[in-house]
Amino acid sequence: MSLGGDRLPGSGLFSRRINRAPSRTLATVVPWLTIALASLVPLSPVIASAPVIPPLSFMLLVGWRLLRPGLLPLWAGAPLGLIDDLYSGQPFGSAILLWSIAMIGMELIDGWLRWRGFWQDWLVASVVIAAYLLLSHVVASIAGGAFAPGLILPQLLLSFIAFPLLTRVIAILDLLRLARIRVLG
Amino acid sequence: MAAPQDRRPGFSKRAHLGLFTSYVAASAGAALGFVVLVVSLLNPTAFAFARAAANDVAAPAGRVSATTRSGGKTFFDVISGYIEAGSKNAQLKEELAVARSRLAEAEAIESENARLKALLDVRETDGTPVATARLIGSSSTSTRRFALLGAGKRDGVQPGQPVRSAKGLVGRVLEVGNRTARVLLITDGESVVPVRRVKGDISGFAQGQADGTLIIRLIDLGINPLKKGDVFVTSGSGGLYRPNVPVAIVRNVTRDGAVAQIVSDPAASEFVVVEPIWQPITELRDPTQETTP
Repeated sequence: MSLGGDRLPGSGLFSRRINRAPSRTLATVVPWLTIALASLVPLSPVIASAPVIPPLSFMLLVGWRLLRPGLLPLWAGAPLGLIDDLYSGQPFGSAILLWSIAMIGMELIDGWLRWRGFWQDWLVASVVIAAYLLLSHVVASIAGGAFAPGLILPQLLLSFIAFPLLTRVIAILDLLRLARIRVLG
Repeated sequence: MAAPQDRRPGFSKRAHLGLFTSYVAASAGAALGFVVLVVSLLNPTAFAFARAAANDVAAPAGRVSATTRSGGKTFFDVISGYIEAGSKNAQLKEELAVARSRLAEAEAIESENARLKALLDVRETDGTPVATARLIGSSSTSTRRFALLGAGKRDGVQPGQPVRSAKGLVGRVLEVGNRTARVLLITDGESVVPVRRVKGDISGFAQGQADGTLIIRLIDLGINPLKKGDVFVTSGSGGLYRPNVPVAIVRNVTRDGAVAQIVSDPAASEFVVVEPIWQPITELRDPTQETTP
């Protein structure tokens, strides 16, 4: 499918371009808001008796970071992790720590890599998510329960598969973020 | 696609400083997280107030989704019900007839039990439920198994109270907010429930494995008498959980116990009941009091 230059399918939604400009607040707020809302997934209708749902909020953080580097500041992991900790059921502080480390880690990876691409982003995200899930399980098992890495395997596979889909969702949210809703003059 | 932009700051002193500050802030965030994590590992209830407040704020969203869940479930039940209505009806009638006679027997045994307990002067805490509420959420990504209950301090819920559904035991209350409470599900790795096999006096412990199953460890070691399909109920030893609430069905027999499937899947139960903490009180008669008039 031809995307017609730098425009994505659906960008016609915001095609009123003359006299309109993207709103600065909306452009800043959307990534923060989507990640914070994804932290509320534990309140969704699914009552799981096993950990099966991918860590959506963390995947959104990784996705936003990879798709729009520099949009979220380097320190964004701590406040967003705080919100996630309130609902996730993990020991308090685990997401603050792990999300901060993930943000710094991805910044370093960006420094090494000279090139970007779909497969590479997917690989980087998979590695980061796998490390996050494993470390989360380590922290949870310190707080109580046995260490059984096999437990996170279904969740891990689901996350790998879901990540490319999530990047499409982020791309749509990015269009929304840069919607020309501010009227000039 | 080439890297979007080179974010190295060049010779700009301001850009250097900004980059440095952001690294400092991120590291400070990580350090803060580490400290908070250590505190909460040492004292798990240290941040309960924050979680409770956050859950109270977000509870309406959970309530809406819980209603959606029960609505969606009934929708599919209605469809599947039409498909197998006839055969199921006949089967249910038969089962009902058996169950009625069993119920009569059970009532007789219950009254006999009450009489015998009165004779022994055993008193129990009253079994009237504290609250009835929906499960409005669960830790879906974490390997810890918690659920969020739509009732809290306002409804009289206290930490430690057991939570059950119509089918069986679900867990116990861990932290209480104003309108919500966090429930430690029996499938969590930290949850240990004293259990007893329905047939025969075989007691043990059921510990969660965080994947929807429990591991049952028997107290009396020796030849493993368990078989596939054995039903375990709470034994009530040590208090807390009322006896004879169904917990799990044995799925696989291991060398010194069994792996069991929980009876009451929290996802399938629409409403759950919070029960008061059960404590058996046996009062031995004081001989000095009997002599005085």
